[in-house]
Amino acid sequence: MTGTSKRESFRDVQVDPLPQRIDAYPTQTIAGFPVRPGQALPFGATPVPGGINFSVYSNGAERMTLVLFRPGEPRPLAELPFPPSFRTGGVYAMTVFGLDPESIEYGYRAYGPFEPEMGHRFDARWVLTDPYARLIAGHETWGRPSAPDDPYPYRARVPYGDFDWEEVVSPGHRHEDLVIYETHVRGFTAHPASETSAPGTFSALVEKIPYLKGLGVNCVELMPTYEFDELDNPRTDPTTGRRLYNYWGYNPLGFFAPKASYAATGRFGMQVDEFKNMVKELHRAGIEVVLDVVFNHTAEGNEQGPTISFRGLDNSTYYMLTPGGYYANFSGTGNTLNCNHPVVRQFVLDCLRYWVTEFRVDGFRFDLASILGRAPDGSVLPNPPLLETLAHDPVLRDCKLIAEAWDAAGLYQVGSFPAYDRWSEWNGRYRDTVRRFLKGDAGTVGDMATRLAGSSDLYGRRGPTASINFVTAHDGFTLRDLVSYNTKHNEANGEDNRDGDNANNSWNCGWEGPTDDPEVLRLRNRQSRNALLLLLTSRGVPMLLSGDEVGRTQDGNNNAYCQDGPQSWFDWRLTEENADLLRFTRCAIAFRAAHPALRPRSDRSAPVTDQLFPDVSWHGVHDWTPDWSADSRLLAAMFYAGLPSGAEVQHDCVYVAANSHWEGQRLELPRLPEELAWHTFADTAAEAPHDVYEPGREALRADQSRALVGPRSVLVLVARSRL
Amino acid sequence: MSFSATMRLDDDVATIRLTGDLDARSAPEFNELVNEATGLQVNRMVLIMDELAYMSSAGLRCLVFAHQKMPPGRDLVLVGARPEVVETIKLTGFDRSVLIEQSTEA
Repeated sequence: MTGTSKRESFRDVQVDPLPQRIDAYPTQTIAGFPVRPGQALPFGATPVPGGINFSVYSNGAERMTLVLFRPGEPRPLAELPFPPSFRTGGVYAMTVFGLDPESIEYGYRAYGPFEPEMGHRFDARWVLTDPYARLIAGHETWGRPSAPDDPYPYRARVPYGDFDWEEVVSPGHRHEDLVIYETHVRGFTAHPASETSAPGTFSALVEKIPYLKGLGVNCVELMPTYEFDELDNPRTDPTTGRRLYNYWGYNPLGFFAPKASYAATGRFGMQVDEFKNMVKELHRAGIEVVLDVVFNHTAEGNEQGPTISFRGLDNSTYYMLTPGGYYANFSGTGNTLNCNHPVVRQFVLDCLRYWVTEFRVDGFRFDLASILGRAPDGSVLPNPPLLETLAHDPVLRDCKLIAEAWDAAGLYQVGSFPAYDRWSEWNGRYRDTVRRFLKGDAGTVGDMATRLAGSSDLYGRRGPTASINFVTAHDGFTLRDLVSYNTKHNEANGEDNRDGDNANNSWNCGWEGPTDDPEVLRLRNRQSRNALLLLLTSRGVPMLLSGDEVGRTQDGNNNAYCQDGPQSWFDWRLTEENADLLRFTRCAIAFRAAHPALRPRSDRSAPVTDQLFPDVSWHGVHDWTPDWSADSRLLAAMFYAGLPSGAEVQHDCVYVAANSHWEGQRLELPRLPEELAWHTFADTAAEAPHDVYEPGREALRADQSRALVGPRSVLVLVARSRL
Repeated sequence: MSFSATMRLDDDVATIRLTGDLDARSAPEFNELVNEATGLQVNRMVLIMDELAYMSSAGLRCLVFAHQKMPPGRDLVLVGARPEVVETIKLTGFDRSVLIEQSTEA
């Protein structure tokens, strides 16, 4: 049965088929393939009528060859040298006709000098991965090494760009409404107890969307999801002899390519589709997607590292080099990406635009972002062009841009990161202050107050949404370990416990590590709830570390980057075992969502005139009388928002009392007008299930003028009308 | 293995039997047939896939396009697709577009 109808029908619309383009024709034959001079832009491999356009740049190369492979075959199918007439400036471009994107892998051989002292490390023995590769084959199975003699281990392919997004669009949450959940795609579902059909993949994350939605988070921040080398770790666990991984993946190989082994369909080369489907389903559930991106170094490492892509294409462009041609190491990982070289700036911009336009992600968290503000010689730029470009780019306009505002070479910019009114920061000060306050350090109450109210000392002009508040993140202790260990226990990482941060501000509550002591366990449970409650009632954007809501432990390991196993994975049995903590977290998230007083608008619309209370007020044992003295361990804040409701004003008022003293304290409550009454939302001194109430069903307090805040406890009240 | 596709029409049901390899080279032929069937305004398109040896991502995409070309409320049914094909369709989210059945009815 054959024959094409003259007119295609698309629903009710009749569309004439387009005529074939007549200008897409080959001009010559190279290595048996019909070719013509290609389009220099866009860079990368792009399907065009009749074939594929290849474009790659190198400022230092003398000549370039396109190398084609049949999928998976070790020997090239053909090598096509770019004729001089196919080069424009430093860009080599060729359209090859008759190529089927599905049955081709491609790479480049770059010819040029090997003169490290001059910055050149060309080595034509290697086939190089296109820096713009959007699909990378060869590593579809997690943890499977390349053959040692493989001349081309990371094999670029051309993905299909089509995907049916249906009518789904990003929820487009305002910054102040975000509750971020930081997780690891593999670790979230790799544990057998996840009971997903393809554990450790993008599709398994989709199966867990109901859990995320139930928890109430509305943004997931995914640790590296681009192609990286998980085997880039020479160490073994000294006790078990088990090989260690680079499990976190902060060592990029392909900035444009979703990690193949995170896709159940990677073996079909469909990781692009699976990733898009994940974003689509998260969006459908009202959850945004922020990607952790690492534009500070690559997996090629230092002088001893492998030549995979950048080093062999344009070493001195992509990397910061010392005058002798060695790699500058501001990242602590061997090399430093030369982010403020104009070519690399464009590369970073192209990459982010690709993820936003093609995958519809909602933002990025930039690992060691302060490196992005360094000049090619490593000096700190006052006005870094890359950061400014990203802040003003029209494609990225609605993106959340989140900086880890420090680097591994001592630059610490929390509060001073060049923000251009666009960037938010991981607020390291917030983390440190909450931890010190909770363990009862003296002299922290004033600082804690500043953090709770949105860190105006750091972000006064930019507003609280510039502050990403967190108590724990992937880097460091989990929340459970923060209250169970005084010191790190990283022996399993194979570095004699030397790796990882020593300044954890943690407290084990009386016993180091696992214990049966009910008093210690009770205190740990309370301290965990205290941290969650402070985080979720603070102004700014809260970020939770995945698993903290169910008491996930890493056995005191505060640098689990190499632990691909149960120590790092989310154990889904904990959702049952610690159902009380999960409920507590869920309620605290819902409470935040219900109270605009905790989430002032970043555009600062004019306040209503007849406000009951100030925006933030401070209290203590006596109302309206805070105690800021060095010995004080009590903080009581009242957050208020007057919301216009027709001709009336609706009052939203939340009272947060945090006591890090080992004794309870009796507090005078601020007086409310007649029609309102204090209700208890959460009291961490109470045992579950009385530690928290469902938002909207808080318990009316018998005593409206006084409240007891227990030892090392947080109490949260809400003013509601008397019904 | 070479690809072939044959179509049978019964009232408003188009049944297309696929054999061989459905990949980027054979996908256009399949697409033509899909266009023809949708042009006939069928209510239901049934693809018999148990003799399909291989289906690539280009082949999967044809299924999605087949569904998009059908008016709302009409069914696209896959019969006898191999387990790895069904799995891929599900994991990439394409299963929203199609109905999957184990074997030929009757």
